Amino acid sequence: MATLGSALFEARNLTMKFGGLVAVNNFSLRLEGGELMGLIGPNGAGKTTIFNMITGNLVPTSGNVIWQGEDITGLPPHKITAKGIARTFQNIRLFADMTVLENVMVSFHYKIKASFWHAMLGLNKYRREEERIRERSINLLREVGLAHLAGEKAGALAYGQQRRLEIARALATSPKLLLLDEPAAGMNPQETMELADFVRKIRDSFNLTIFLIEHDMKFVMGLCEWIKVLDYGNTIAEGTPEEIQNNPEVIKAYLGEPKYATG
Amino acid sequence: MTKTRRNLILNCASLVVLFGILWLFQEYGTEYQIRILNNIAVFITLAVSYNLVNGICGQLHLGPNAFITIGAYTSALLTMSPTEKQMSFIIKPLIWPLSVIQVPFWISLIMAGTVATVFAFFISFPVFRVRGDYLAIVTLGFGEVVRVLCNALQSVTNGPLGLKGLKPYTNLWWSWSIAIFTIIVIQRLINSSWGRAMKAIRENEIAAQAMGVDPFKHLMMAFLISAFFSGVAGGLLAHLITTISPTLFTFFLTFNLLIIIVVGGLGSTTGAVIGATLFAWGGEALRVVESPMDIGPIHIPGIPGMRMVLFSVILMVVIIFARRGITGRNEFSWDWLLGKLSFGSR
Ligand SMILES: Nc1ncnc2c1ncn2[C@@H]1O[C@H](COP(=O)(O)OP(=O)(O)OP(=O)(O)O)[C@@H](O)[C@H]1O
Ligand SMILES: [Mg+2]
Repeated sequence: MATLGSALFEARNLTMKFGGLVAVNNFSLRLEGGELMGLIGPNGAGKTTIFNMITGNLVPTSGNVIWQGEDITGLPPHKITAKGIARTFQNIRLFADMTVLENVMVSFHYKIKASFWHAMLGLNKYRREEERIRERSINLLREVGLAHLAGEKAGALAYGQQRRLEIARALATSPKLLLLDEPAAGMNPQETMELADFVRKIRDSFNLTIFLIEHDMKFVMGLCEWIKVLDYGNTIAEGTPEEIQNNPEVIKAYLGEPKYATG
Repeated sequence: MTKTRRNLILNCASLVVLFGILWLFQEYGTEYQIRILNNIAVFITLAVSYNLVNGICGQLHLGPNAFITIGAYTSALLTMSPTEKQMSFIIKPLIWPLSVIQVPFWISLIMAGTVATVFAFFISFPVFRVRGDYLAIVTLGFGEVVRVLCNALQSVTNGPLGLKGLKPYTNLWWSWSIAIFTIIVIQRLINSSWGRAMKAIRENEIAAQAMGVDPFKHLMMAFLISAFFSGVAGGLLAHLITTISPTLFTFFLTFNLLIIIVVGGLGSTTGAVIGATLFAWGGEALRVVESPMDIGPIHIPGIPGMRMVLFSVILMVVIIFARRGITGRNEFSWDWLLGKLSFGSR
């Protein structure tokens, strides 16, 4: 199939029906690379469902997911991760009984070069690679400020720390596109502000394109360059933060209270 | 001296001690003691490999008895001499080429593991299409299918008559070397990048897959490796008991293994070893409760099956008071032991 321009990522008319419920209707998105894109909408609008369709957790009822010109609709999640799309989860899904360090190390496994037999025979090729994975994982933990907790069980971390670990783990898969599902949920204002800086920082240092869902308006408006608004599965508006804040449709559907609208 | 070096030396030293003790029993122990020691080793092999699927990958697999059966029959058929086989298979003759093959014990054990692994490969496709209770039921069903096949395929298994008069090849050296080999291989795996991926699947399969781990591939890998060692242990059991029949390795055996790994500590190899040892040794020691007893004026006749009642009670007590078993998910390490010792001497 002909590739449309040079887009990094494209969602074409994604629709997801659960029985009679149309959770997402005709959602389209085009990312050239390097953007910081936001997705907002009231509870149950279908935001997480869009993420699930992109990452292969759900197969869309219709529509396509195009990655660097290739149709990846319906590929299983681990293959999509290997293509360069990583995500975090709204309801945190850490490997609770494993250490913080191990949580990150798991993400390097899919691209391991040594074979299973190298590992079983304890050959140098495997040992060196394991050592490198450990080092890189610790470096990532340092970036998110969790290095001092490397040996702790992930389940024992505080809420905000768990959210940061989710991001570190996703980064470890070396993504080009990072999907963040409500990364600031449960964080206090101070942590939220730090998170915004952090997201901007990793976008630049890891050369990422970021697509994020968030309810915290101040966070989204301050961080994202472009925002899409979803309501009952339909895209009701998109634009810059200023445009969204002044869009009457959005105010009516979502930003009912003016105190949010002024952000 | 680095820690790795120290641990290596300690490991080797404890192996020497273990085999020294085994040698003493071999020379001076009674037949009864030797049988218990063999049982312990075989159950260690079974429990440690079973724990890989249930404890590390977190999948409720209820069919190890199938792979034990397959291993036992494979190995038995390969060590019996053609004349013995001809005399045993009285209803239907054994099919060629099994009827003429005879190989050394060690080759029969490798074949036992291999054939069990081949079976595991084919059933892993239906098994890992489902999860949870469904997976438990599919694996349970497979165990039953194998039992029925052992009864029905008379020209391979000799049907309900089973195979008798196997040579008692299994001795302390075989059983313990294989138990230790199993522990080393499984521990290596668990501590490798592959083992980490398996634990991640146990902890949260959706997240593991989102981090690039292919669940099917890793679950199958664990399942096949587990089946291999179950098959080898089946071969050891066959040449320990010297008589095998379709009713020998039923779901009851699987149930016992489940008790062993749960009581020991699900997800811990150390726990599996402790559980297996307690079970195999305790199973014999508790025989007294099945013999007639006189407590003062009261006479209690021997009640067969009393041991199982006791085991069930122990299981319930452990589940209620120590939900995570004896070790939890912790593993033995020299650091831990030396730490304890130096603390004690202070
Ligand atoms: N697997 C599923 N099966 C059936 N219905 C589903 C499924 N997943 C989501 N839904 C429904 O689809 C709708 C959209 O859900 P979704 O989780 O995408 O909303 P959301 O925008 O992420 O909401 P929130 O802000 O609360 O996270 C909801 O009505 C939800 O109940
Ligand atoms: Mg959501």
